[in-house]
Amino acid sequence: MSSREKILSAIKTNQPDYQKLDVQFKFETVYDDLFNKFSEILSFVGGKAIEVKNFDEIKADIQSHYSGVTRIATTIAEFSDLADFSLNIADPHDLETLNLAIIEGDFAVAENGAIWVSEKHIPHRVLPMITQYLVIVVKKSEIVTNMHRAYERVKVDDTGFGTFISGPSKTADIEQSLVIGAHGARGLTVYVLG
Amino acid sequence: MNNIKIDHSAAATEFNKDEARVNWHDETLWFVRSKRDKAVFQIPEWEQLREAGSQIKNHVLSNLHDYLTEFEKKATENGITVHWAADGKEHNEIIYSIIKNEGVNRMVKSKSMLTEECHLNEFLKEKGVEVIDSDLGERIVQMREEPPSHIVLPAIHLKKSDVGDTFHEHLGTEKGATDPQYLTEAARQHLRDTFLTRKVALTGVNFAIAETGGFVVCTNEGNADMGAHLADVHIAAMGFEKIIPKAEHLGVFLRLLARSATGQPITTFSSHFHKPRAGQKMHIVIVDNGRTTQLGRADFRNSLKCIRCAACFNTCPVYRRSGGHSYHTAIAGPIGSILAPNLDMAKNADLPFASTLCGSCSNVCPVKIDIHDQLYKWRQVLVKDGHVSSVKSIGIKSMASVLNSPKFYRTAGKLGRFLMKTAPFMVNNNMNVWYNQREMPEVPKESFRDWYLRKRN
Ligand code: SF4
Repeated sequence: MSSREKILSAIKTNQPDYQKLDVQFKFETVYDDLFNKFSEILSFVGGKAIEVKNFDEIKADIQSHYSGVTRIATTIAEFSDLADFSLNIADPHDLETLNLAIIEGDFAVAENGAIWVSEKHIPHRVLPMITQYLVIVVKKSEIVTNMHRAYERVKVDDTGFGTFISGPSKTADIEQSLVIGAHGARGLTVYVLG
Repeated sequence: MNNIKIDHSAAATEFNKDEARVNWHDETLWFVRSKRDKAVFQIPEWEQLREAGSQIKNHVLSNLHDYLTEFEKKATENGITVHWAADGKEHNEIIYSIIKNEGVNRMVKSKSMLTEECHLNEFLKEKGVEVIDSDLGERIVQMREEPPSHIVLPAIHLKKSDVGDTFHEHLGTEKGATDPQYLTEAARQHLRDTFLTRKVALTGVNFAIAETGGFVVCTNEGNADMGAHLADVHIAAMGFEKIIPKAEHLGVFLRLLARSATGQPITTFSSHFHKPRAGQKMHIVIVDNGRTTQLGRADFRNSLKCIRCAACFNTCPVYRRSGGHSYHTAIAGPIGSILAPNLDMAKNADLPFASTLCGSCSNVCPVKIDIHDQLYKWRQVLVKDGHVSSVKSIGIKSMASVLNSPKFYRTAGKLGRFLMKTAPFMVNNNMNVWYNQREMPEVPKESFRDWYLRKRN
C-alpha cells in the first residue's frame, strides 16, 4: 500500500463522527470612517496612507518624496514617465536592483491595514517584496471593513498568486526590537484615491 | 522506566541559574502576551471568532479524509505535484529527491515547524545539501547550531549581545555590535544573496484550502515570498491537519492568528499560492508522522486543531521561566507537551508535567483547545503506562487524589492558594523541581474549578 493510501485509510478509521458546520463565522464590523481606520492601522504596522484626489497629486508627492531616486518601476500607465526600469523582463532576478515599485492594489481592509495585491496587477510575484520601497495605489471606494468582507470580495484562485500586504516587511527577532525592512520593502506608502 | 537524558525539570533548573536572564525571558514573553490582549480587546466578537475557529477545526477533523482528497484533486489540477509522507523519514526523502532531481545541493527555507519535527536540516546535511533558514530568528539559531526555542520567536532566548557575537563570527559584523537595526541589516544583505542564488525554496503552510487546492503562508519578513518567487522549484511542507474547507474560512483564521501570536492585526504578508508561476515547479508534501494516531486518541485529537500561534507559550508561567529548550522537542510549550508524547511516550513523559495546570493556555487558545485538560489526561496515561519516574509519580498521585475527590479539591485548592500567597516556600520544595530558583508564579484570583463552574453556568 502506498503512503497515500495508508494515511487516508488510517484517517478514515480514526477521524471522529461527522460533525456538521453550522456555526456563525462571519461578523460585521462598523467603523465611522473607513479611510481613517485604515490609515490608523496602517501607521500602527509601519506604513503610511495618504488620501489623494487624482493621479497628478500622487505623481507630485512621489516626485518630491523620491527625488533623485532611480530604478523605479510601475505597473500603472499614468506613472510611466516616472519609471526608468522596465518590468518587461523574463527573469524576476533582474528586479534585484529595483529601488521603487509603484503598483496597484485591488482593495484594502480597514481592520488590519492590509491590501490585496495579486497577479492580476503585478507581472512578477516577487515585485512587492524585492523592491527597496513600495508604493501601492488603491481606490477609496475599495476599502472593506474586515477580513470576512475581504474574502467575499476576492476569489483567491482567480490568479495563481495573491497576497495581503500589511505594512513594510519587519522583524522583531532580535530582543523583540522592531526593525522595519527585514527582507522585503523597507517602506510602504499607500495612496488612497478618492 | 524513565529514559529521558535531561528531563524538563532538570533543564529548567539549569536555565534558572541565571536569574536576571530568566526574569528578562519571563517579562519579554509576558510583554508579547500583553500585546495579544490589547489586540484582542479591540475585537468585540473575539469570543465568537474563537468559537468559529474551534468549530471549523472540529468539523475539519471529522471530515479530514474527504477534505484532503478534495485538496489533492484541486491542487493537482492547479499544476501542483502532491506527495504523501507517512513519517518524517519519508518527508525528508521526498524533499531530498526533489532537490537531487534539480541537480543542486543548496536550498533556502522559510519557517516550517514540520521540518524541525522531521529533522530535515540534519538529514539533508548528511546528504551533502546545504539548507539556509531565512527567517531572521531561525537563521540566528541555525548559525549557533541550536534549535528554535519558540515556534513564532525562534531566538527569544537570546540577548542582542548573543546575536552580535554570532553575527560577528558568521557575518563579519563589528565586534561588540548590538544594535538590532544594524544586525538585521547585515542579515538582510546576507540572506538577499541567498534568495537570489537558490534554485529550490521550501516553505511551510499555515492553511491549505480544500475548495481551491491552494495554500496560505504567513510571514512578517517576506522571506517565504522572497524564497519561493525567485526559485525554480517551490516545495511546501504541511501536516495534514492544516486543511480548511473553504477560502472564506480564512477570514476567521487570519483574524485570529497574528493577534494571538504577537498582537498584530495580521501578518505583514499573507500569501496565497494556487499555481506555480510560468516555468516554475511547485510541490506539496502532506505529512502524517503520528498525526493519524493522535486523531484516533479521542482525548488528544483536539491538539490537531492547533494553528501554531504560540499564545499558549507566551502565557505559560512554566514556559516563560524554563525556556523553550528545556522541552527537548521541536514544538515546546503547552501544546508541544501534548503533541510530543504522541510521538514518543517514553522520551517525552516529563513534558505533560511541565505545567501548573493553571489553564491560562486554554483561555488564550484561538481555536479553544482544552490544553490543560489534555496535559492532565496525559499524566494519567503516562503514569498508568509506567513512564514516570518516582518524584513526579508522587506529585501525580497527590494531584490525582486531589482531583478525584471534589470536596478535597475544594479544600486543598483553597489551602494551596493560601499557602502560595502566604508561605510559598512550603510549596517550593524539592518535590517540584522547576520551582527551585524562584518563588511561585502569581496566584490566579479564580481557581480552575471556580472558572469551570462559572463557564458551565
Ligand atoms: S495550542 Fe492554541 S494557543 Fe497554543 S499554539 Fe496552538 S493554537 Fe496557539
